[in-house]
Amino acid sequence: MLNKDNENVKYSPQHQEFLRAVKRNKLQIKASQVGFLMLFIICWEVAANLKWIDPFFFSKPSDIFKLLVRLSADGSLIMHTTVSVYETLMGFVIGTVLGTIVAIMLWWSDFIAKVVDPYLVVLNALPKIALGPIIIIWAGAGTRGIIVTALLISIVVTILSTFNGFKEVDTEKIKMLKTFGATKLQILQKVVLPASVPTMINTMKINIGMSWVGVIVGEFLVSKAGLGYLIVYGGQVFRLDIVMAGVIVLAVATFVMYQFVAWVENRFLRWKQ
Amino acid sequence: MRNNKFVDIKNISMTYHTLDNETIALKELSFHVDKGEIVSLVGPSGCGKSTILSIIAGLLKPSTGEIFIDGHRIDGPNKASGYMFQRDNLFPWRTILQNVLIGLEIQKKVNDESIARVSQLLDTYGLGEFKNHYPDQLSGGMRQRVALIRTLAVEPELLLLDEPFSALDYQNRLAVGDEIARIIKKEGKTALMVTHDVGEAISMSDRVLVLSNRPATIKNIHHIQLTCQSDNPSPIQCREAPEFRHYFNLIWKELDVYVK
Ligand SMILES: Nc1ncnc2c1ncn2[C@@H]1O[C@H](COP(=O)(O)OP(=O)(O)O)[C@@H](O)[C@H]1O
Ligand SMILES: [Mg+2]
Repeated sequence: MLNKDNENVKYSPQHQEFLRAVKRNKLQIKASQVGFLMLFIICWEVAANLKWIDPFFFSKPSDIFKLLVRLSADGSLIMHTTVSVYETLMGFVIGTVLGTIVAIMLWWSDFIAKVVDPYLVVLNALPKIALGPIIIIWAGAGTRGIIVTALLISIVVTILSTFNGFKEVDTEKIKMLKTFGATKLQILQKVVLPASVPTMINTMKINIGMSWVGVIVGEFLVSKAGLGYLIVYGGQVFRLDIVMAGVIVLAVATFVMYQFVAWVENRFLRWKQ
Repeated sequence: MRNNKFVDIKNISMTYHTLDNETIALKELSFHVDKGEIVSLVGPSGCGKSTILSIIAGLLKPSTGEIFIDGHRIDGPNKASGYMFQRDNLFPWRTILQNVLIGLEIQKKVNDESIARVSQLLDTYGLGEFKNHYPDQLSGGMRQRVALIRTLAVEPELLLLDEPFSALDYQNRLAVGDEIARIIKKEGKTALMVTHDVGEAISMSDRVLVLSNRPATIKNIHHIQLTCQSDNPSPIQCREAPEFRHYFNLIWKELDVYVK
């Protein structure tokens, strides 16, 4: 605190005014974001109460809130969320790690890269969701099948974008290391991997969404537990409040995971500022 | 007197093969560099200058011919030579000290002694207070000096400089060129420098080799003797020497630069 005050003393009044303006602007943006959400919820509630929209089809915020409280109280919301988050994290982590390993193999061997190239292109273009039923049958109609679905959806993107990131590393930087007698492994460690951290983090951001798609689709298909199950169940019994509650929790969980990656990004990319 | 050819390039030829072409970049080229000399290579762009340096550094195998450094035949990257590029190639995620240590790290020679030595080099050449800064925080000229110290850190006997100042603006270029020539002399290194700046070549070198169009052959060799050889002349001062213009015109004509 003291330090911060000292800093401020150093700045000219104009600069302090500038800093205040920046801060004000940031606050305004945050306030507008929250305000928009509030306004949306209020309009929805009012419209449903005044029967402008049919609450049977659209539900309403207060019902959703009550349901969320009830589901939290009996522990089922926590259970469904935990199941989905666990499956997503497993799919995400395994997909990212395996994808990165495969990308390293492709970088290592030009021959392998060229051989698998057409397969990767096809796999990437293919809507992986179409493979969902097959995977569920092969890997089992349970957590395992769902994790494999999530993994499969994220791994192809991981391989392709990470490998492309590796290939884009400045060749002169690699040449520079070679002049010191660097081995291939050293080139990977010292320049290729660190230079690709920004790409890898971007891929991770995309993969969170991908893994959630896999998990929700998997849960739609096998329906035992999880947010996807909750949503499908709500739809089947025409309880729109359950569907909405599921979607809201899903949005919150995705946001939290995304923030986590953003935090990792900040830690690792200090030099980028 | 024994043969003091420190770097001996013997009949090297280099042909690049691509699917739609083969390019003869060098054809039976021979020359040598003596110990402690600074030799410049000037020649039209695309004549094979970078190829020559890459071959001497052991990054490329010549199609035919041999290279000896200090009597040892070169086949592959080696510790005798250090390479400096047009761009500094500093790693933005490493601090200046970590950047300078990269070569030692690759050669597994990082220890208290080598860290102290490298820190000393940074101190000597005015970069001491930037050890823990990141490259983005430094000017282009400073970054290029860091790049030189990174090369010097592994203690090569021979420096290979490939247009090391051409990414800098004119003023920086003179200043950094001056500084780097001084460092090379002071550390007692031998240097082979590629440049397309004739003035830079004359003011910094003991000899200038003028190369022909591709495939590069040696058109002429100029022993530079400027009457600025006072105690410790700097390249900028040497540009004032009366002979400077004479060499400049001579080399310029040999380069055959037409404005087309
Ligand atoms: N890796 C390569 N593959 C094919 N041709 C190349 C390669 N590197 C350089 N060349 C060709 O060889 C010639 C000499 O290149 P270079 O040594 O870079 O010239 P300089 O440094 O004198 O400008 C050029 O015509 C260039 O196009
Ligand atoms: Mg070149």
